[in-house]
Amino acid sequence: MNKYIERIYNGVWKENPTFVLMLGMCPTLAVTTSAINGIGMGLSTTVVLILSNMMISALRNIIPDRVRMPAFIVVVASFVTMVDFLMQGFVPSLYDSLGIYIPLIVVNCIILGRAESYASKNPIVESMFDGIGMGLGFTIGLTLIGSVREILGNGSIFDVNIAVLNDYHITLFGLAPGAFFVLSILVALMNIVRKKMEEKGKPLPPVQGCLAGDCRTCTLSSGCTGKATITKEVLPPVNPKDVAKPVPDTRIEVEHTSNTLNTIDVEKSGSDSSYADDDIVEKGKEES
Amino acid sequence: MSDLLHVSSSPHVRAKDDTSRIMLYVIIALLPTSLFGIFNFGPRALLLILVCIFTCVISEFLFEKITKRKVTVKDLSAVVTGLLLALNLPHTLPIWQAVVGSVFAIVVVKMLFGGLGQNFMNPALGGRVFMLVSFAATMTNFEFDGVASATPLAMIKSGESVNTLDLLIGRTGGTIGETSTLFVLIGAIILILLGVIDLTIPGAYIVSFVVFLVLFSGHGFDSNYIVAQLCGGGLMLGAFFMATDYVTSPITPMGKVLFGICLGVLTGLYRIFGNSAEGVSYAIIFSNLLVPLIEKITIPRAFGIVRQKKTKEVKANE
Repeated sequence: MNKYIERIYNGVWKENPTFVLMLGMCPTLAVTTSAINGIGMGLSTTVVLILSNMMISALRNIIPDRVRMPAFIVVVASFVTMVDFLMQGFVPSLYDSLGIYIPLIVVNCIILGRAESYASKNPIVESMFDGIGMGLGFTIGLTLIGSVREILGNGSIFDVNIAVLNDYHITLFGLAPGAFFVLSILVALMNIVRKKMEEKGKPLPPVQGCLAGDCRTCTLSSGCTGKATITKEVLPPVNPKDVAKPVPDTRIEVEHTSNTLNTIDVEKSGSDSSYADDDIVEKGKEES
Repeated sequence: MSDLLHVSSSPHVRAKDDTSRIMLYVIIALLPTSLFGIFNFGPRALLLILVCIFTCVISEFLFEKITKRKVTVKDLSAVVTGLLLALNLPHTLPIWQAVVGSVFAIVVVKMLFGGLGQNFMNPALGGRVFMLVSFAATMTNFEFDGVASATPLAMIKSGESVNTLDLLIGRTGGTIGETSTLFVLIGAIILILLGVIDLTIPGAYIVSFVVFLVLFSGHGFDSNYIVAQLCGGGLMLGAFFMATDYVTSPITPMGKVLFGICLGVLTGLYRIFGNSAEGVSYAIIFSNLLVPLIEKITIPRAFGIVRQKKTKEVKANE
């Protein structure tokens, strides 16, 4: 598959930020009271995501690794400010209904997550397509949730009244609890579809990177992106006068990234119990 | 020889009670107040009760068929849920709203969490609260004798007085099953005599609620006011039939007392300091959520085991 199309497929289906990665839950739950709000929030996030991905990708060799987070935030915040003013000027009604969630795109997990795990390590064009894919995935997710909530809660879709549902409004779906119900049911449906696909022999590859793992206990999720080697290079050389001070231990980061370095470390340590088994296996071979 | 020696693991002594029998007892105990509700509010109340029961049973059956689980409709728990839900609705409610509420109660509150025994919240009350939020206008539209009337609780709240005898018999506005304290109590006595429930939770609930009223309602020890608060809303129905639900109440003896006190205090808070006149439903489902915590702190000490003193945790940094 073409790598650009692969990025879009990845964002929309395989690693859909709303339904699979569960990122950006705050705007997802808060603004999806109607389909139009969902699509507005999704598209504005997409624009910021594409631009910030491209900019961060272009600057990826210039930004020092230690200050990458503030640098990303500055880049994202600049684009969000532009989008904020543009929306205020051209679509004031949508701007009003989205409220605080437009400025909050600055700290949106999806944008920072993609900047950290993809754009800062990949060329510009790929990063752009990654942004398009992820943004589309987010937009589709929000629009779906918004549509369901609008149909059930308000009897309309995209502000078009559905005559059949005039007397049948379930107000709860327009309120905060409804967002949780709709989101969870959609995620459940998506999991069913994915399971069916796997049974049919189209196994989906597991989600890549730290985002799929257990991040609750992980204190290094920002450094957990396979950047161990880079971190080592960027660290300033230890001043001989400071030898007494503890040298920052980079091994922890190595442990978190399940790359080859990790296994090498284990082998070097020699304390792994599996070695004993290896001996037995070898002996068994000799005997046979 | 091996035919004579029958070896099996525990339990060796079995009671004849099973889920369906207990559920049947609950249904029997609910009959007096249901019949009075039908007599009080007319055939529409009967229709609502039937619709709720039917929808609950059908949605449990369909959910289990679709998810290819064992069909457990026979244990009558869905019937109890439907009946309890219907008893908590005003008889003027549109039928489709009752259907939506029943489906929500069974599918979302009960089946999605694993069915009977796994639900963390009373399904009937979950459904009722869902409807209370969704259909606020029709759920609080009470009629009595064809005239729209406030519930006794709303009247007390706005400072009017109510006839205590009417409250006891149930000749007032309200939901189908809650108005008659007399018939709810008859049902409760049936349940207690059959050994289905014990008095711990309802007792702790009612006592703590009365204490709360005396302390904070501003009426002091006014017996008329207290009786009206006890009998005017869903408190009796809630205390005896919903708070005692096996699945969503604590099993430890101390836990039951704590649970009852939680219910009493919360109901008092909602009724006296809240905007709405009624708060039993919210108090019960909120306390349902506290049950795991309550059970955790009230695990009884096993005989012969000395409670371990808590050793001071040494901080890792020091």
